[in-house]
Amino acid sequence: MPGHLFLDYVDPWINWDWLSTHVPVFLAALQEHVTLTLIAVGVGLLISLPMGVVAHRWRALRNPVLTLFGIFYTIPSIALFALLIPYTGLGTLTAEIGLVGYAVLILTRNVVVGLEAVPNDVLDAANGMGYRPLARLVRVELPLALPAIFAGIRIATVTTIGLVTITAVIGLGGLGQLILQGLVENFHTPLVVATLLSIVLALVADLALAGSQRIALPWSRSA
Amino acid sequence: MSILARVAQWFADPAHWTGTDGIPTRLVQHIQLSAESVLIGAVIALPVGIALGHYGRFGNLAINISNVGRAVPSFALLVLAFQIFGLGDAPIIISLTALAIPPMVTNSYVAMQEVDPDVKDAARGMGYRELAQVMWVELPLAVPLLMAGIRTSAVQVVATATLAALIAGGGFGRYIIDGLDQQDYTKLFAGAVLVALLALATELGLAAAERLLVPRGIRLLRAPSARRVTYKAA
Repeated sequence: MPGHLFLDYVDPWINWDWLSTHVPVFLAALQEHVTLTLIAVGVGLLISLPMGVVAHRWRALRNPVLTLFGIFYTIPSIALFALLIPYTGLGTLTAEIGLVGYAVLILTRNVVVGLEAVPNDVLDAANGMGYRPLARLVRVELPLALPAIFAGIRIATVTTIGLVTITAVIGLGGLGQLILQGLVENFHTPLVVATLLSIVLALVADLALAGSQRIALPWSRSA
Repeated sequence: MSILARVAQWFADPAHWTGTDGIPTRLVQHIQLSAESVLIGAVIALPVGIALGHYGRFGNLAINISNVGRAVPSFALLVLAFQIFGLGDAPIIISLTALAIPPMVTNSYVAMQEVDPDVKDAARGMGYRELAQVMWVELPLAVPLLMAGIRTSAVQVVATATLAALIAGGGFGRYIIDGLDQQDYTKLFAGAVLVALLALATELGLAAAERLLVPRGIRLLRAPSARRVTYKAA
C-alpha cells in the first residue's frame, strides 16, 4: 500500500522505498519505450531513404514534397492519433503509424538536403571515372550525404522518444504510461523518475548516435 | 453510418457551437493559452537569442538549448507543472512557455549569426552606433529566420496546449481527452480535426505575417525555411 493514500502524508518527489520495489516496472516501460522508438526510426529510415533519393533525382518533386511534408509535420501527434483511432483502434499500430510518419518527415528532408550538398565537382569526377547513375548514388552521393542523414537520425530519434510519451494517452507510452500514472494517482515518484529516465534516454541516444557517427564516418568529423 | 458522416453531423449540430463546451469557447481558450505562452516566451527568448547572436557568444548554449528542449517530453512538463502549481491556467502557461523558449533562442541566434560580416562592417563604417546597427541593419536581415523560430514555437505550443486537457485545462484538447474517456469516437475525431486545423492555421497565418514583415529587398535574397530548426514537441 503506497503511502501517498494517507492524507497527512507528504508525498516526496522520489519515494525510494517504493521505487526500489518497482524497478521491474520501470525497466519494462523503458523497454517498451526503446522498442517503439527503434521501430519508428528504423522503418522511417527504410521509407525515407528511397523517398529522399526520388525527391532529389526528380527536381520537380522536391519543393512540392518538402512543402507537403512541412504541412503534415505541423499536425499535432495527439490529433493524428485521434484521427487514426476510429480506423486502427487503440494500440501499437496507431502509435507506430504516427511515429513512423513524423520520423519520415524529418528524415526525408535531411536525405534531400544531404544529397543536395554533394559538390558538383565530385559528381563530375564520378561521371568522368565512368560511374553509372546507381553506382554513383550508392558509392559517391550517399556516403557524402551521410553526415546530414545522421543529423536527421539524431533529431528523429530524440523527437520520437519525446513523442512516445504522448502515446500513453492511447494506452501505450512506455515511460509515458508511468507519467500518466503519476498524474492519475497524484503520486510523484513514477512521474519524476519516468520523466528523468525519458530525458536521460534521449540524451544517451543522441550521444551514442553522435559517437557512432564519428566512428562510422571519419570523413564527417570536421563537419 | 461512417465515422466521417457522424463527424459531419457533429459539426452541423448547433448545440456544439454554443455554451461552455461549445467550439467558439474552446477555440478562444486554446488561442488564449497558446498566445499568452508564446508572447511570454518571446519576451524572454528573443532578447537572449538576439544578444547571443549579435555578440557571437555562447553559440553552443544557444544551439544546444534546442537539443535539450527536444529531450524534455512536453507531456511530462505539463504534468510536473500541474503537480507543483496545482489546478488552473498557471501550470499550463508556465510549461507551454518553457516549451516555446528553445526554438526561439536557437533560431534568433542563428538568424543574427548569419548576418553577413561585411554588412556589419559597412554599417560601422557609415557611423552606426551598436544599438542602431542592431535595430536598423542586423534585425531586418534576421527577420526571416527569426520569424521562422516564432512560427515553430507557436505551432508546437498550439499542439501541446491540446495536452493541457489532461490537467483539466480548456481548449480543443477537451474534445479529444473527453472523447477518449467516454469512448465517443465522433467527439474524439471532431476534436482532432479542430486541433489539426488550428495548428495549420497558426503555421500558415504566421507565414503570411512573416511575408508582410520581411523587407522587400530581403525577401528576394534567400529561402530561410530551409534552415529552420526542425522541432516537434507534441
